[in-house]
Amino acid sequence: MSITQILFWFLSALSILSALMMVTSRNPVHSVLWLILVFFAISGHYILMNAQFLAIVNMIVYAGAIMVLFLFVIMLMNMNAETEPQKNKWLKMAGAIGSGTLLLVLVAALRDSELRGRTLEGPEGTIGLVKQLGAVLFTDYVVPFEISSVLFLSAMVGAVLIGKKD
Amino acid sequence: MPVNYYIFLSLILFSIGIAGVLTRRNAIIVFMCIELMLNAVNLLLVAFSKMHHVAALAIDPASTVGTEAQLFVFFIMVVAAAEVTVGLAIIVMMYRNIHSVDINFLNRLKH
Repeated sequence: MSITQILFWFLSALSILSALMMVTSRNPVHSVLWLILVFFAISGHYILMNAQFLAIVNMIVYAGAIMVLFLFVIMLMNMNAETEPQKNKWLKMAGAIGSGTLLLVLVAALRDSELRGRTLEGPEGTIGLVKQLGAVLFTDYVVPFEISSVLFLSAMVGAVLIGKKD
Repeated sequence: MPVNYYIFLSLILFSIGIAGVLTRRNAIIVFMCIELMLNAVNLLLVAFSKMHHVAALAIDPASTVGTEAQLFVFFIMVVAAAEVTVGLAIIVMMYRNIHSVDINFLNRLKH
């Protein structure tokens, strides 16, 4: 087993276990911390696929900014395991069975797809590096990039407007 | 690694996200599960980008096939960040009005 395979299995197990813990833990703060672990594992996958820019952006934007925002909101509302609302156990079981069935159907449908023989092994390539992505982003995709800044501005104004006490 | 493994990993993460949305009643946890599903899709997009890039490099060593997919993932992250801001503002407003983040209280949307 090569080092890449060992890392792949380790990161996959880490992300799946953390995601399960995120869904099942009663305390919302613990859920946030497990989700941060999932995001770090996914960043590790990006590094394995040589998508270095996306790995760093995922770490900074998701694990850094967004999850800290979640943590702030949870602490602002003073939530903990005691105040956590619980569904009854039949509804929980129905949800678990529903998502498990979806997983089963999708895996069965995609198991023998035409992608079966395709692999990610090969030369490293340079498309994931900041230089290449930045050159394309600021030439071919400069208009969507600028529009996304308008989107951020409107999201900021909207958040302030909604969150304002009146 | 075969691309199948990445497809299955993304499917498992996506299904865990759906299970969370269906089984939890805390609005913030439901929102976090949606983020998990977005990340599963991002992982799949990057895997496909790498797959096509490797296939194209075998023909042309200077190929840049797959760059667009990674930029697409970047834009998904951008939009997700904006979405989280507005969503959390809505949850905070809801908590201020009904003093709870239980989504079962949202079934009538006004009172």
